Amino acid sequence: MAAEKRVVFKSSWLPWVLIAPQVVVIAVFFFWPAAQALLQSTQQSDAFGTSVEWVGLENFRNLWNDESYLASFKTTAIFSVLVATLGLTLSLLLAVFADRVVRGSGVYRTFLIWPYAVAPAVAGVLWLFMFAPSIGIVSYGIRQLGLSWDPLLNSTNAMSLIVMAAVWKQISYNFLFFLAGLQSIPKSLIEAAAMDGARPWRRFWTIQFPLLSPTTFFLLVINIVYAFFDTFAIVDAATKGGPGKDTAILVYKVYFDGFKAMDLGGSAAQSVVLMVIVVALTVVQFRFVEKKVNY
Amino acid sequence: MHLNHRALAIAALSAAVFALPAQAQTDIQWWHSMTAVNGEWVNDLAKEFNASQKEYRILPTYKGSYDESMTAAVAAFRAGNAPHILQVFEVGTATMMASKNAIVPVGKVMTDAGQSFDPKAYVPAVAGYYTAPNGQMLSFPFNSSTTVFYYNKDAFKAAGLDPEKAPATWPEVALAAAKLKSNGHKCPISISWQGWTQLESFSAWHNVEFASKQNGLAGMDARLKINSPLHVRHIENLANMAKQGLFVYKGRGNVPEATFVSGECAMMTTSSGFYGNVKKNAKFNFGLAPLPHYQDVPGAPQNTVIGGASLWVMAGKKPDEYKGIAKFFGFLSSPEVQSASHKRTGYLPITTAAFQLTEKSGFYKQNPGTDVAVNQMIRKVTDKSRGIRLGNYVQIRAIEDEELEQVWAGKKTAKEALDAIVKRGDELLERFEKANKAK
Repeated sequence: MAAEKRVVFKSSWLPWVLIAPQVVVIAVFFFWPAAQALLQSTQQSDAFGTSVEWVGLENFRNLWNDESYLASFKTTAIFSVLVATLGLTLSLLLAVFADRVVRGSGVYRTFLIWPYAVAPAVAGVLWLFMFAPSIGIVSYGIRQLGLSWDPLLNSTNAMSLIVMAAVWKQISYNFLFFLAGLQSIPKSLIEAAAMDGARPWRRFWTIQFPLLSPTTFFLLVINIVYAFFDTFAIVDAATKGGPGKDTAILVYKVYFDGFKAMDLGGSAAQSVVLMVIVVALTVVQFRFVEKKVNY
Repeated sequence: MHLNHRALAIAALSAAVFALPAQAQTDIQWWHSMTAVNGEWVNDLAKEFNASQKEYRILPTYKGSYDESMTAAVAAFRAGNAPHILQVFEVGTATMMASKNAIVPVGKVMTDAGQSFDPKAYVPAVAGYYTAPNGQMLSFPFNSSTTVFYYNKDAFKAAGLDPEKAPATWPEVALAAAKLKSNGHKCPISISWQGWTQLESFSAWHNVEFASKQNGLAGMDARLKINSPLHVRHIENLANMAKQGLFVYKGRGNVPEATFVSGECAMMTTSSGFYGNVKKNAKFNFGLAPLPHYQDVPGAPQNTVIGGASLWVMAGKKPDEYKGIAKFFGFLSSPEVQSASHKRTGYLPITTAAFQLTEKSGFYKQNPGTDVAVNQMIRKVTDKSRGIRLGNYVQIRAIEDEELEQVWAGKKTAKEALDAIVKRGDELLERFEKANKAK
């Protein structure tokens, strides 16, 4: 930190001009919609917005009185933890392997980065087709193994399906960051440890993993946010929240109530709740998890 | 590059030339959700109307699925550039009706324009659905369908069943399913649109209430009635069939339809609008039949309820444009256009005259089964069977799906699930009533 070079602007307005584009982007794409959501969460209106009524906290009260809404907190927690841990573990594993590949690493990496270019809804449909009980190629394989597979009526199957799709979609992103993180670790450290007789597993845990911790922490935050916010298209395409409400995560209900059912007030109230949760989670992560990070 | 520029210039020039006479015309935007063969049908209707007169030009635009086009229209309306005509699916009807400032009743559009308009000319079960309690027609019935029963005649024959005789009652369905199963059929029956076919149409078909207040047609204070002993009996019956592998659940909405076309499932209840798809793609002989019923229920079979969509006229347009809309709707109501559309798409004829014209042409004789849906609808309706129109209906349909899935999975009994639908649905109905009373 001490070595950081501080730039001091002589002009008083230049710094503001320089950060203005960024501020504008944040204001337009984050603060404005967030303020709109806050405003709408205290209103009830018809679909076309021709009659707007202030209802105070009624939209929120309706949510707390809805048992299925409360149940979807648990569903969301399970889903997010699974997506974040599986996503991080798998991509770290892939990154560690890719880091060791010498020949053809470009091709190998390209393949791993590819899924990131796929839209979430497409990912959902893709997995739905592979795992569809009657026509899916994978479910055919599962049946050949003598196991039962029915995501339409079996909650565990349905949850596995959306977790797999969500993880697969995010692996590339995680992989890129992990790989970059691994490559920035000086080879000399690892070689020194190797000469001291440390085996690869030990080298990984005592050198690479701790040095990767800033990357891991960043990805943890990103993945939690991803699981909370960016996965509704996967759920919509693959399970529609079913069977019952067993895969109806919070953000899916926001999407469904707002865009399908046109209940904008209720949907806005839910997105405010979601916003509070994610802000709280991020604060917790920065306060407590970040302490374990070595920069 | 050079060629491209020239081609572009020519295209622009010709576009300008051809667009010139159109300047004098009044353009009317029509947003719809019809795809494939039905999309071509919509375009042909517009083309035919545009060729029939010079003052107005209908411009149909595909705006995605029903819910997508409705969301798009809501956004467009808020931004001040809504289309003139919007096609809305039947579950969105109560939402549209409640948005009084956003729409103009079709009845008003027609009378204002001096277009002759007789609501009585329309099939009662169709028109009644889109009519306000005060008798004013709110939207124009466009593509209406209802629930019917499809079966695979080849599979019936193979299982030793009479392929010319569809099961008429649910006990007969169970018997046929058992025979199909013992003949090695993995999916004797599946169900599309489970809420629509097994709860809504089921109620009207047996002349029992789906909801109070004439199923919501008579007022916003309607509450669900689908945990009656008859409903419980039917869902229990289906649950037992599911347990025995006679009924196989294949998903929500129209997703299961593919399993009938592929031959995997031998029987299916779904929309009459599915006819075109089966006719084109099924590689086996199939039959259409009325929905099965329970013989011991007095008054059954009554009539089934409507599905599909209607055309709504949006508010805030110029008087001249409303005249054009009225003229277009007049064109759509003519028996010839109606009858041709009915034959082409399998959607119901919406006027009695169109039905008679189709019958006279011998179409039903040449295409057996196409009259099943019509016959289920063209009947004298009762207060319990006229139609179902409830607020927050998109969510209620989702609740029906969620709870019924719990039954098929064996997690809830029929009674528990139906009670839960009533409880959760009533909360939404109460909220809808409250939100709209405030106005």
